[in-house]
Amino acid sequence: MATYILQRVILLIPVMLVVGIVVFMLVHLVPGNPAAVLVGENATAEQIDAAKEKMGLNDPLPVQFFRWFGDAIRLDFGDSYFSNQSVTTTLSQRKEPTIFLTAYALIIEVMIGVPAGVIAAVKRNSIIDRTLMIISISGAAIPTFFMGILLILIFAVRLKWVPSGGFVSISEDPARHFKMMVLPAFTLGFASAGLLARLVRSSMLDVLNEDYVRTAMAKGLRFRTVVNKHALRNALIPAITVIGFSIGGLLGGAVVTETVFTIPGMGRLVVGSIARRDYPVIQGAIMLIASIYVLVNLFVDILYAYIDPRIRYGGG
Amino acid sequence: MAAVESSTISALEAAAAEAEETRSRNARRRWLKSLRGNRPAILSGIVLLTIVLLAVFAPWVAPHDPRFIDPSIRLQSPTSEHRFGTDDFGRDVLSRVIYGTRASLPIGIGVTILAAVIGSALGLISGYYNRLDSPIMRVMDGLMSFPSILLAIAIVAARGQSSQNVFVALTVVYVPIVARLVRGTTLVLRRQQYVESARSVGLRDHVILFRYIFMNSLSPLIVQCTFVIAFAIISEASLSFLGAGVPPETPSWGNMMRDGQKFIQSAWWMAMCPGIALFVTVLSLNLLGDGLRDALDPRARER
Repeated sequence: MATYILQRVILLIPVMLVVGIVVFMLVHLVPGNPAAVLVGENATAEQIDAAKEKMGLNDPLPVQFFRWFGDAIRLDFGDSYFSNQSVTTTLSQRKEPTIFLTAYALIIEVMIGVPAGVIAAVKRNSIIDRTLMIISISGAAIPTFFMGILLILIFAVRLKWVPSGGFVSISEDPARHFKMMVLPAFTLGFASAGLLARLVRSSMLDVLNEDYVRTAMAKGLRFRTVVNKHALRNALIPAITVIGFSIGGLLGGAVVTETVFTIPGMGRLVVGSIARRDYPVIQGAIMLIASIYVLVNLFVDILYAYIDPRIRYGGG
Repeated sequence: MAAVESSTISALEAAAAEAEETRSRNARRRWLKSLRGNRPAILSGIVLLTIVLLAVFAPWVAPHDPRFIDPSIRLQSPTSEHRFGTDDFGRDVLSRVIYGTRASLPIGIGVTILAAVIGSALGLISGYYNRLDSPIMRVMDGLMSFPSILLAIAIVAARGQSSQNVFVALTVVYVPIVARLVRGTTLVLRRQQYVESARSVGLRDHVILFRYIFMNSLSPLIVQCTFVIAFAIISEASLSFLGAGVPPETPSWGNMMRDGQKFIQSAWWMAMCPGIALFVTVLSLNLLGDGLRDALDPRARER
């Protein structure tokens, strides 16, 4: 197990380096140069040169990269061009809504996806199965932002059950917090729930065909007991990977969902920073989200290997 | 000696070609039959064909000029003259939805073709040459560590808001998916006997890679490409919705929904109509992709 974890961690180094290079290069893809963006459009040539020197833009690119990367892994992304605050401070002010939104969406994904998949598999080819699969396929085809607008139209504009957007901290007003988060969380979690349901259904069907399930049935256990005690546990192993991978999708989807529901999280910060050309903030947020994604995947891989020892010895 | 070699090669090739042809003719007959039995896939194909025709003949099909502004009919609900209503500038929403296909489809299809070409090349090289495998795949892993929409946003943010940059950004996002898939099939195929025979008679690598490996990994690639078109269309619309996509004056579904959300209280049709168009397009692509997968790879068929 220790060797496996070590292998995984070592594999992480080149990946993080690539992530770092991509994020670093973003600023250098900007037409013109970043110094000109920082000092503004009406700056003189001398001002631009001074800014260039101060930002270290005259150093060779690899030197610049390793300086930036060295700071970045200590979560130091420099200062925002816009607010003169450090990017780290800006990000930490915006992290709360994003964390809550992603967590709620994940809960909704699992709470809808797993039961729907199990029911569809158990009642295979019934009307319930067909309906669930049609909903799941349609859910995957509705873009997050359209789902959001649709829910706003129905539940906020027409029925007026919930506000159409915004965010309140849970410590401030828990009731209002949940009222505001229910639509965004559902919007974000629903599409992933559909995918998860399809996967749980097919892995459940595989498991239900296994010998040990037949044995359990043959010895006279009730179908419900067999499903809950024997089949479900094994069917959920592949689901762990999908749930883990979906966290990346949820973090990406949060960018869109936060914009639809005007939630002041990290995603909306990124979108707002595009218009302000605030590159350090964009870099910091993207670097942070990509790192979280990589670490979550590492954790999922290790968890998976822990649950299913075949992975560890399978050379994969 | 050289003559013997070349005649052996040509004989081998002829035999391989003949076997291949019979095999593929049978296979084609089989999967066409299977596809024909899949009603959702057929229906999706027809819907998609209609959408493509709408894009091509937009100027003749659209009832109004999608850019014509008439403040006197702002935010009108659907009427017989404007079946999908009008927007905040008094422009005809139906015509703009029809013209929106001209933003979505070229980007969706173009990105997919480019990603398929680059991704296939990288996947083939990575799967065939051990030494290049690790460097290429680590770069692909790195690119796949970003939530795709964020990577696209970042590239557009750096390069500026234009159709061209959206195109580049989405290609970068989808190349790794193709590369990973093609690498996987290459790893399997290169151990096949016919590839080893081809190598042993001295066929050159690029011939083996293209003719024997790439041509045989086409079916999973085509299936994957159908889904990539759908992803790319959603991503383009999402980027436009976020204000990081095609320029705001372009009639694209994402841009229309961005404007539409501002008027959601008074003019629901502004956001709903392009949204439904987007949903129908993506759903059709997904169903067609499912149908193709079942037809091309019967083992993957859902029970």
